[in-house]
Amino acid sequence: MDAGGLRGGFAAARLLGAVRGVLGGLAPQGRLLVRAGLVLLAVIVLASVAAPLLAPYDPVRSVDRPLLPPSREHLLGTDQLGRDEFSRVLYGGRIVLWVVALSTMLSAAVGVPLGLVSGYLGGWLDRALSMVMDAVYAFPSLILAIALAAVLGPRPENAAVAIAVVYVPTYFRMVRGQVLKVKGEEFVEALRALGLPPWRILVRHVLPHVVPTVMVVFSLSAADAVLTEAALSFLGLAVRPPTPDWGFDLYNAKSVVFEAPWLMLGPGLAITLLALSLALIGEGLSDRLRVA
Amino acid sequence: MGLLRYVAVRAALIIPTVLILYTIAFIILRVLPGNPVLAVLGTRSIPEEQLRAIEHQLGLDKPLYVQYFDYLWRALHGDFGTSLVIQGRSIAADLRDRLPATIELATAGLLVSLALGLSTGLVAGLRRGTRLDTALRVYGALTYTLFIPWLGLLLQLVFGVWLRWLPVSGRIDPSVNLHTVTGLYVLDALLTRNWAALRSALAHLVLPALTLGIVLSGPYTRLLRNHLAAVLESKFVLAYRARGVRERRITLHALRNALIPVVTYAGLQFALLLGGAVLTEETFDWPGIGTYLVEKIQYRDYPAIQAVVLVFAFLVGVISLVVDVLYALLDPRIRY
Repeated sequence: MDAGGLRGGFAAARLLGAVRGVLGGLAPQGRLLVRAGLVLLAVIVLASVAAPLLAPYDPVRSVDRPLLPPSREHLLGTDQLGRDEFSRVLYGGRIVLWVVALSTMLSAAVGVPLGLVSGYLGGWLDRALSMVMDAVYAFPSLILAIALAAVLGPRPENAAVAIAVVYVPTYFRMVRGQVLKVKGEEFVEALRALGLPPWRILVRHVLPHVVPTVMVVFSLSAADAVLTEAALSFLGLAVRPPTPDWGFDLYNAKSVVFEAPWLMLGPGLAITLLALSLALIGEGLSDRLRVA
Repeated sequence: MGLLRYVAVRAALIIPTVLILYTIAFIILRVLPGNPVLAVLGTRSIPEEQLRAIEHQLGLDKPLYVQYFDYLWRALHGDFGTSLVIQGRSIAADLRDRLPATIELATAGLLVSLALGLSTGLVAGLRRGTRLDTALRVYGALTYTLFIPWLGLLLQLVFGVWLRWLPVSGRIDPSVNLHTVTGLYVLDALLTRNWAALRSALAHLVLPALTLGIVLSGPYTRLLRNHLAAVLESKFVLAYRARGVRERRITLHALRNALIPVVTYAGLQFALLLGGAVLTEETFDWPGIGTYLVEKIQYRDYPAIQAVVLVFAFLVGVISLVVDVLYALLDPRIRY
């Protein structure tokens, strides 16, 4: 391994250490919440990944008469086109998870570096960036995501970009606030006196202090992103039919709420459970932060 | 005089916020690739000259910076242009028709969320560590992760389909005659003493307001509980107890202190309230700005979408101003 790779390895180990520190330092109640959330999340992820094995029917093909009530053949009944709703719910998780994973990583990838640099350097750049971020933060995120998704067109990747834009200010604000706190501490001053270049101080010494905050924001904004994805999909802005997707299936169930009220149970419950699992993880992690 | 100056300074701060959001909306809708006229006309192939003519009529052939300032100037005068889809339809008139419905829904939703959130938070804060406290904390966490359309459909199912107590869509029974004054149906019915209309408007409002209110109530439960708990364990409460002040009075004192962060949060919450209103409107076919936005998006009516974003930006600015002033009045430590 060359010197550069070795150095990168050290930096990565340091970050991993910070992550482990957060998990290890959890109070019993917080650990319970994180564990419950992780289990729930694992079940949903596994069910979605194994959908081809678990689903009894093809999710996009008509397999029986339309609007059948739940039965042993169709656990959640059939929809307007006679498709098996249980199979659709299993497959539907794939789109949501993909969009949420993509969007949270995108917004962290943009928001964290911007917050780090902006907070550390200060000056007019920091003021201008903060002003833009605050304005976007104050605006109803769902409406911004709707406008963006509408312009980009109904594809899962576009929905992910729209959602990512909306959460960048959350990362920016939290990271920037944390950097401002760490920046004033003596060890940073000492490093600067030693003549270390700013980027090195930032990446090697400030970033690890930001990790706990980022982890909390990551899971809480992922929970929010689940609901935003479902909302975009409910409004027809995330996927095109016949792709199975929870929000869109819920929209279809809405038009037959009198004839087939059971149809809304599966997709709605799935959305809520996924959002809940991520919120539990975030809640548990933030317990520690409040104490620290 | 101090307060007036404070209000003026805060009001001036709305301007950059709205400008930034306007710029972002402009970039999203005009600068991103795609021709709005073609987007509206869709697959229909039209002659080049006709396309140019429509573009000219809408001012889309001018340089971008001219469009930017033109639109801003007209919007400042209440002119949001005309619809791309329905030629000549004034967007400002559409917004005037639709905005009161959203304001009515958002206000009712806010009241429900405050009533639910503050009562549960108060009870949980006073009964810390009991089972009731745990149950209410779970309520606070669960409501936050509910998906608005799903909760709305569940309520429709119970109260509309099974019990048949309440209507599940629209704002008022079409057979009821209501003379509109403000566009807020409940208020209009009261003003014109039209009790049949009042009954109908309220019945239609219950489920949407409950849906929006329940989902937004959770954070209030948590905030009030945690802050009340912290204040009740503080030294000034201990001093009150030592002096034999009655528990009721102590609770009132503690409550006023604990309400300050709640007001701050309520201010931030407005963005969530407006976003939630869009989903609630879509679930209950409520003819407000949210359903308007969704309709316009289906037709890719860009000027209308831009106008909605601008109106929401302005609303957020004004509301944050109101909250700042409320906050200053509630907390005497704030200097203005």
